[in-house]
Amino acid sequence: MRHTISVLCDDTPGVMTRVSGLFSRRGFNIESLSVGHTELPGKSRFTIVTTGDDTVLEQVRKQLQKLVHVIKAWDIKQSQAVEREHALLKIEVEDKRRAELLQIITAVQGRIVDSSGSIWILEVTGDTGSVDNAFNLFMDYRILESIRTGKIALERGPSLVMKK
Amino acid sequence: MGKAKLSGAKALVRTLESLGVEIIFGYPGGATLPIYDELAKSSIRHVLARHEQGAAHMADGYARATGKTGVCMATSGPGATNLVTGLANAYMDSSPLVAITGQVPRPMIGNDAFQEVDITGITIPITKHNYLLQEAAEVPHSVQEAFFLASTGRKGPVLLDIPRDVQMEIFAPHQAKYPPLEGYRPTVEGHPGQIKRAVSLLKSAEKPVIIAGGGISLAAAREILVRLVDKTEVPVVYTLMGKASIPNSHPLCFGLMGYHGRVEANHAISHADVILALGTRFGDRSTGPISTFAKQAKIIHVDIDPAEISKNVPSYLPIVGDAAQILEQLAALAPAAKHGPWLEELRQVAGQHPLRGKATGVSIPNILRILRDLEDDPIIVTDVGRHQIFTAHYFPVDSGRSFITSGGLGTMGFGTPAAIGAKVGQPDRVVIDISGDGSFMMTCQEVASAVTEEIPVVILVMNDYCLGMIKQLQDAFYGKRHESCRFGRNVDFARLAESMGAAGFRLSDEAEIAPVLKKALAAGRTAVVDCVLDDPANVYPMVTGSSLLEYVE
Repeated sequence: MRHTISVLCDDTPGVMTRVSGLFSRRGFNIESLSVGHTELPGKSRFTIVTTGDDTVLEQVRKQLQKLVHVIKAWDIKQSQAVEREHALLKIEVEDKRRAELLQIITAVQGRIVDSSGSIWILEVTGDTGSVDNAFNLFMDYRILESIRTGKIALERGPSLVMKK
Repeated sequence: MGKAKLSGAKALVRTLESLGVEIIFGYPGGATLPIYDELAKSSIRHVLARHEQGAAHMADGYARATGKTGVCMATSGPGATNLVTGLANAYMDSSPLVAITGQVPRPMIGNDAFQEVDITGITIPITKHNYLLQEAAEVPHSVQEAFFLASTGRKGPVLLDIPRDVQMEIFAPHQAKYPPLEGYRPTVEGHPGQIKRAVSLLKSAEKPVIIAGGGISLAAAREILVRLVDKTEVPVVYTLMGKASIPNSHPLCFGLMGYHGRVEANHAISHADVILALGTRFGDRSTGPISTFAKQAKIIHVDIDPAEISKNVPSYLPIVGDAAQILEQLAALAPAAKHGPWLEELRQVAGQHPLRGKATGVSIPNILRILRDLEDDPIIVTDVGRHQIFTAHYFPVDSGRSFITSGGLGTMGFGTPAAIGAKVGQPDRVVIDISGDGSFMMTCQEVASAVTEEIPVVILVMNDYCLGMIKQLQDAFYGKRHESCRFGRNVDFARLAESMGAAGFRLSDEAEIAPVLKKALAAGRTAVVDCVLDDPANVYPMVTGSSLLEYVE
C-alpha cells in the first residue's frame, strides 16, 4: 500500500538527515520525498511517499513523531487531499513535429519554459497520474533529460495541523 | 544584567554545576582541553577512565544505580567514536545519559582535519537527540535542553558536540529567548478512560499476569507495583531489564520470562487471559517466537513511548504514560482480588520445574548461592553471556536498582565499567560485577581506573576458558562444532588484576569459594576473583522451538 506522510518540523540543520535516516534505519522505503518552507517562519514541511501496510505506516509515523524537531507527522488520505508533482522535460523537436507537440503540451496543460533552437524545456504539473500520463505522451519524442519532484500534498478544508 | 563575559567551556561547566552534576566519567584529548581546564576549577569530580567506552558504560551504570542522568565526556575523532558502543547500549536500555564530545574548530569542520569525525551524524540512530553547537552563547541553553531530553519521557542518551573554538569563544551571557521544543511533549498521564477499561479487564480476568519491564525502575514505580500486586494478587513475571522491579522473593513473583525464562513464567504468559505489560518493549529475547506469543491474552500495554504500542506485539488496550502515575491509579481503582486456582496452577508448574543448575562444585549457580549467603543485598552488575542468564536466575535481588545488565544491546564488556559507575553513585552499597572470561577482557583496563580512583568493586570472572553462550548455541544448533569459541590458554586474571593494583584472587576448588569470596568482599579495594569453573555448564531453560512452551531445561 502506498501512503503519503506529511511532516511538519523545525527548519534546523540536520533535520533532513534525521527524517530520511529514520526511514533507512527502521527498514522503511521512501518512494519520494519533497521538502520546503511553510507559511510559518522557521518551519519546514515534508511530504513523503512510502509503501507498506498499515502497521508499518503507523510505526513510521510514530517514529517520526519521536524526533525532537518534528512537530507533527500524519498520514494524508488521498481522497481528502490535493496532490501535486512537478516535472521538467528537455525535448529535442523536429520541425515537422512541432505542431503536434504543441497540441500535446496544451492537452496536458504543460508549458514551454525555455526554447533554445530545437531544444525545449517543458514543465508539467499535476497529480502523479497526470504527470505519468504526460510522460507517456512525450515518450514519442526525443527526451534528452527529465526530472520530477516528489509529491506534495495538502488536505482540503481547515488546517488539521496548526491551531491558530 | 552586567554579567561578566565567559568562555563556552566555562559556561558548560557552570551549567553542569547548576544542573546538579557531581561527576563526569571521561577521557581528555586535544579537543576538550579547554573544558578540562575549567573542570579543574569546579566542584565536579572527574573519573578518568582508560578507554572512552569505559567512560560511557560508567555513566550508564551510574544512571541505572541512581536514577540520575549520567555524564560522560570524550575528545573529538577516536574519542567520540569510542563512545558509540556505550551510547548504543544506553539507547537500547533507555538509560539517561548526556555525552559531551570535543570537535575540531568550526573553520576546520568538513576538512577531514586531524581527529575530526562527524559524531552527530554517526550517533543520530543511537541517541535520543544530539547537538553540534555553533556558538558559545548556545551552550547554557543546549546543555539544559540535553539534560531535559535525556531524563524525561522515554529516557535515553543525548550527545553534545562542542567545537574547540566554541569552548574558547568568549561571550556575554544573556537571557536569550529560545523557541520551546514544540515537537517534544511526552505523554505522562495515562488516559483515564483507558485506565478504567484496564481495571475492568483485570477484574474480569481469571488468569492475569503482570510483565514487569525495565520501565518500572526508570519510572521509580517499584513500590507502587508491589502495592498493586499485593492488592490484586496478580502474579508477576519479569524481563531481564525488569528483574529489580519487584522483590524476587515475593510470593507472587514467578521469575524471568522469555527465551531463557523460567518454565512457570513462560507458562503464565502462554496461558494468561489478560496481561498487564509495564514498561516493556516486548523485545525478542523476552517474547521468544512472536507468532505464538501470548495468543490467549488480551494485552494491556503501559509504556511512556507511544511508538512501542503494537510495535512488536499487538496491544488490546494501550495506555501511554508514566508507569508510576498509571500504576498509582490502577492500584487505587483495582479491587482486591484472589486468584487461587491460577496461582495454584503456576506453583504446581514451578514445583515441577525447579532450576536444575548444579548446586555443588565450582559452578556458577553454586558460586552465586554462596555469594548470596555472604552478601544478600548488593548491587549486582553483569556482563553478557551465559553467566548473565545464570545470574538472572540464581541471584535473587529484593531491593530496587540492584540488578544492572546490558539488556537490549547485549554489550560484552559492559559489566566492569558499569559496576564502577554504580559504585560511584551508590558508595554505601556493595557492588559486585559478575563477568565472564570473554566479557571481562573487553574492558578489563577499567580495573586500573577503579584502583586509581579508589572505587572498590568486586569482580567475579566466571572462567570457563571459552565463550560460553557461543558454545551453548553451537551445542544446540551447530552440531557441537565449537568453532572459535575457545580461548585456549587463558589469562591469569588474578595476576592481571594485581598488575593494575587491584586485589587478585583465584579459586578452583569448591572449598575455596566461601573463603575467597569473603576475602574479596572484605578487601576494601577493587578485587578480581578468577573463578576457574570445573563444570562449565550451559544455562537452561532455553526455548528451542516455535513457542515459549518448547524448551530444553
